[in-house]
Amino acid sequence: MLLSRVLEEKMASLYRGGKIHGGVFLGRGQEAFSVALGLHLRKGDVFAPNIRDMAGRLAFGEPVIDAVRTYLGSPLGPMRGRDGNVHRGRLADGLLPMISHLGAMISVVNGVLFARRLKGVTGTVGATCLGDGGTSTGAFHEALNQAAVEKLPLVLLVANNQYAYSTPNERQFACRSLADRAAGYGVAGVEIDGTHPAHCLEAVGRAVARARAGAGPQLVVANLLRLCGHGEHDDGSYMDHGLKAGPVGRDCLKVSEEWLLAEGWADAGALAGWREAAVREVETVVATVQREPAPDPFEEEWFAIATRSLADTHGEAA
Amino acid sequence: MSVTYLEAIREALGRALAEDPRVFIYGQDVGQFGGAFKATRNLQQQFPGRVLDAPISEDAITGLAVGAAIEGLRPVIEMQFADFSTVAINQIVNQAATLYWRTNTPCPLVVRLPCGGTSGSGPFHSQNLEAIYAHWPGLIVLTPATVEDAYSMLLEAIALDDPVIFCEHKLLYYHLKAGALPTEAMPVGKARIARAGRDMTIVAYSAMVHEALAAATELATEGWQVEVVDLRSVKPLDTDTLIASVARTGRLLCVGESWPWGGVTAEVIARVAAEGLHLLDAPPQRLNARDTPVPYHPNLWAAHRPTARAIAETARKLLNQ
Repeated sequence: MLLSRVLEEKMASLYRGGKIHGGVFLGRGQEAFSVALGLHLRKGDVFAPNIRDMAGRLAFGEPVIDAVRTYLGSPLGPMRGRDGNVHRGRLADGLLPMISHLGAMISVVNGVLFARRLKGVTGTVGATCLGDGGTSTGAFHEALNQAAVEKLPLVLLVANNQYAYSTPNERQFACRSLADRAAGYGVAGVEIDGTHPAHCLEAVGRAVARARAGAGPQLVVANLLRLCGHGEHDDGSYMDHGLKAGPVGRDCLKVSEEWLLAEGWADAGALAGWREAAVREVETVVATVQREPAPDPFEEEWFAIATRSLADTHGEAA
Repeated sequence: MSVTYLEAIREALGRALAEDPRVFIYGQDVGQFGGAFKATRNLQQQFPGRVLDAPISEDAITGLAVGAAIEGLRPVIEMQFADFSTVAINQIVNQAATLYWRTNTPCPLVVRLPCGGTSGSGPFHSQNLEAIYAHWPGLIVLTPATVEDAYSMLLEAIALDDPVIFCEHKLLYYHLKAGALPTEAMPVGKARIARAGRDMTIVAYSAMVHEALAAATELATEGWQVEVVDLRSVKPLDTDTLIASVARTGRLLCVGESWPWGGVTAEVIARVAAEGLHLLDAPPQRLNARDTPVPYHPNLWAAHRPTARAIAETARKLLNQ
């Protein structure tokens, strides 16, 4: 969580300094929920993060340098400057790069799980994350129904952060709780407080374990608040101050630190040391990536298909 | 012994399932029922667990295929009608078509699209969507016109490492027959001279090849020797064969059953004009469906799409220029 927060603060700082092309999207306030998933997934599982899942990615094993290289467009990164910011992944490690269309990754995770079943691979789960807005898409409905019909080991996390870009929940959905939707699909669903790591670890851990044990798709909805704008271009001035002051507005990182101190698992010195270590790691990686070359259009292969023999006749007019 | 276009598709699917354990079929009603057009009849019984019914969820069907392709399988998905694939367009063009370019991981899957008009099918069961899929980078778009191509191109589509939009023409399913399945085939990406001639070139694909051939037969009775080129594949597009044909004939008419705007016929003419304007003795022409939704009544439908008669009329004007 701390590394995620520190890394994202650095990305925001680089954005403000004009060093990042395109947007920067932060998971501030959602780290506890996201990290709980990354911690409970294992090597061999498949994970399709959403835009606010830096913490879950890092916990799942994504290297810090992948995030930095993708934000800075380095050709040495996993996306080679072809895609940026949150649109990164490593398929070989089970980390699927999201497209921008919300809900579209769920059925792709279903497909990986479906293929594993056909191949006789057992014991792995697939997970993906959405926000409240993503649950309004047709893709969400089609894919969750599909996962239920196929009884796939899917874990679907919905971070109900109260806003889809600027749209508040009352303009997004009319059901009492997004977790109530689970019953309509015939899948398990729970709703939790997403601001406390203990709740997140417990609920997400149970969902992952149930999916792994063959209990079918699991929906976990966490109530929390996006503690930033949609992206760093957005000041979030439309957000309700009452929410910020209320229980969903608690900063899960502060809650975590207070929890560690209260339980006697860490003292103030340890917390400061961890932050210092995180800052050092991030600064080192950023310095490395900033020395890397930019993508070269003359080195770029300007065709989009894998079948090399067809590349000449496939693309642009000769 | 004869084989229909539809049987060739079924035979290709059966052969792919038998020879490649990575292949599976997923789509609405494809299982026990054998598909709306019976393209998968008996395949579920022959290949248990590998021919699966899907919910009415074209988006999720395609997303699942992308995930399975990432996992190393070779999914073949059936859209019950090409028209319904627009529900899946996001997964096709943004997920499947971009995956290799984004990640360097191939996305081998085949989307079977029963395409084209049949009498009485109306606006939502008649569409030809090859042009829109060809528009997005990252897809291969095939339009077989013959029984032989339906068989061999489907097998090649499944073997390719890219997402393939496989446009099967419904009008050809039952009526088009061949003596036997082919033992060898032209590769994807090569156009075929369906009929040789020296007076003009008609470029067509899918069911329009047969309308063009009928028009060429009619024109032959008037003394014209018309060359008919079957594109076979819309993307890639075999510009070399087109230019070579126009170099022989000096006249070009391109025919498509889909709508005119930004379509395959426009692309063919643009390429020939750009590369071979000096080869043309008259302005290149094209003939498409009318720029309206596909009408229901047979009288209207027959006037909406190009027919042999309409092609012959347009060809005559061009020949006399």
